[in-house]
Amino acid sequence: MAQKVLMKGNEAIAEAAIRAGCRHYFGYPITPQTEIAAYMAKKMPKIGGVFLQAESEIASINMVYGAAAAGVRVMTSSSSPGISLKSEGLSYIAGSDVPALVVNVQRGGPGLGGIQPSQSDYFQATKGGGHGDYRMIVLAPASVQEMASLTMKGFDLADKYLMTSMILADGTIGQMMEPISFEDAEVNTYEKPWALTGTNCQRKHNVVNSLYLKADELEAKNIERYERYAIVEENEPMWEEYMMEDAEYCVVAYGIASRVAKNAVVAARAEGIKVGLIRPITLWPFPKKALLAAADKVKSFVCVELSMGQMIEDVRLYTECKKPVSLCSRCGGMIPSPEEVLEAIRKAQKGEN
Amino acid sequence: MEHKRLTLFAGHYGSGKTNIAVNYALHLAKTGKPVCIADLDIVNPYFRTKDSAKELEAAGVTLVSPQFANSNVDLPALPAEAYRLVQDKSTYGIMDIGGDDRGAYALGRYVPAILEENDYRMVFVANCFRPLTPTAEDALEIMREIEAACGLKFTHIVNNSNLGTLTTPQDVLDSVKFTEDLCRISGLPLWMHTAERSVAATLTELPNVFSLQLQEKYFDLPMN
Repeated sequence: MAQKVLMKGNEAIAEAAIRAGCRHYFGYPITPQTEIAAYMAKKMPKIGGVFLQAESEIASINMVYGAAAAGVRVMTSSSSPGISLKSEGLSYIAGSDVPALVVNVQRGGPGLGGIQPSQSDYFQATKGGGHGDYRMIVLAPASVQEMASLTMKGFDLADKYLMTSMILADGTIGQMMEPISFEDAEVNTYEKPWALTGTNCQRKHNVVNSLYLKADELEAKNIERYERYAIVEENEPMWEEYMMEDAEYCVVAYGIASRVAKNAVVAARAEGIKVGLIRPITLWPFPKKALLAAADKVKSFVCVELSMGQMIEDVRLYTECKKPVSLCSRCGGMIPSPEEVLEAIRKAQKGEN
Repeated sequence: MEHKRLTLFAGHYGSGKTNIAVNYALHLAKTGKPVCIADLDIVNPYFRTKDSAKELEAAGVTLVSPQFANSNVDLPALPAEAYRLVQDKSTYGIMDIGGDDRGAYALGRYVPAILEENDYRMVFVANCFRPLTPTAEDALEIMREIEAACGLKFTHIVNNSNLGTLTTPQDVLDSVKFTEDLCRISGLPLWMHTAERSVAATLTELPNVFSLQLQEKYFDLPMN
C-alpha cells in the first residue's frame, strides 16, 4: 500500500504489527489505547490470527510470555495502570530472554490517575518497573507515521536481541489522526532454535525459564545478558536533531512534547534565538553521544516533558552536568503550549535556568 | 439545502462526524432558527464536540455534552438533557454519534421518539482513506453494523473522504467513484461531499460540496 491512508495512532500500531507478521495479540481494554484492541479484534479473525481479550492485564502478559516462548511474533498493549499490572510478566519475559512487543499509550498517574495524555512512565519504561536486572528497548514515536514504523522496528529489534521492545507513546499520539503510508515496510525473519515448537522426537527439548537453582549460574546469565545489552547500547540509539548546527541552546523532548517543542523552536528562531532540538527516538538505549556532543556546544538545555521531570535526570547524567538543564513541564494530562516552551527558551537565553 | 428537524451523524470512528456536525450546526444557526447540538459520543476520549464550545456559543448554538467529556474521567454516561433534542420540536437538533456500532448503541434510546416524529436525516459519514473502509463494500458492512446497533436506518450519505491536512482536491475527486459505489449498493442518495475550506474552494467542477472549517489543532508543524 504505497498510497496514503488516514489513521489514528493506535490503529497505525495495530496495522503495522500485522504487517510485521504479528498474528498473536493478547490484551485488556483501557483508555486511551482501546483502538489497538478494537482493530485487532476486527482484523485478526480475517487473516487467521489470534485476538484474545484476557480476563486481566496479568493474564494477557503471561499469554504473551507463552506465545513468545513458542517463537511467534506476539504483542500486547495497555496504558499506564495496565502496564504496572503487566510488570511482573515483563520481568519474567526478560529473565527468559524471549522477544515481545509491548505498547504503553501513557495516561496521567500515579494510581488510577486519569485518561488524558502523559509521559510520566519514563522511569518505569527505562529503569525497570519489574524486578531484577533487566532492560527493555524503549521506542518513543512522535507521529502517527512513527507509531507504525517504530512498531515494525520494535518487532525486529526484539527478535534480534531477544528482548522486549516497548512502544512508549502517549494518549495524544494514540488518539490523533494523520495521513501515513506503509511503503517502506521491510520485515526480517529470525531463526528461533530455542523456541518451544515440539521436538517431534528429533531433538533435545528446549526449556524457556527464568529460574536458576544455582546462584553462580544466575549471575553468569545476568552477565551474559548485559553483554548483549551493551551491544544494543552501542548499535541502536536513534535520535533526531533539528536546527542544531549553530544552536546555542538545546531543547530535549520526545514524543508529543517534541511536536510542541518544534513549534516553539521555530518561533524562537523567528525572534533570533539560536535554539535547536534533540529528540530521543530510543529512550533506552538513550542517545548519550548526541547529548554529550551537544553539551560541548550549547550554553544550556531545556528539557520538555509531560511529567514532573523524569527524562531530565538522564539529560543531566549523559551531559555529565556540563551545562545547566531546566525543566519545562506539565503533567496530570496537561500539555505545555508552544508559548510555554517558547518562554522557557527565552529564560534559558537570559541565563535564568 | 433542505433541512430536517433532526440530523444524526454516524459512521466509522475517525470518519469526520464531529467536524461535520459542528460545521452543519454553525451553518443552520445562520438561518436564524434555534439550533441544539448533542455530543452522544460514548467511545472517543479526546477530540470532541466540546472542543468547539466557544465557536458554538458565539453562534448561539446550544451544546449538550456529557458531564465528563474532555475530563480525566472515563465515564460514558449520557446527559438527561439530550432528550431535549427529540422533545423540543421548535429547535433544530443535531446529534453527533460515537463511532461504529459501539458508539451507535447510545442512539437507540432516542430512536422510538425519532421514528414517531419522522422528520430526520440519518447520515452515514464515509471516508475511503480510512484503513478499514477503503471500498464501498467495507463501508456498507459498517453501515449495517451501526443500523443493527441503534435500530435506525440510514437515509443519506456524506462523502468526507480526506487525508487530514494533506488532502488535495484530487483526493476528493478520486473518492467520487467510491461514493457512487456506496450510494448504489446501499440504495441511498448522496447528501453532499465535504472538504476543508481551502480544498472546497478549488472543487468548482464538483457539485454539492459543503465547505468545512476544521476544529483547531494544538500544534501544526508536520513531523518530517
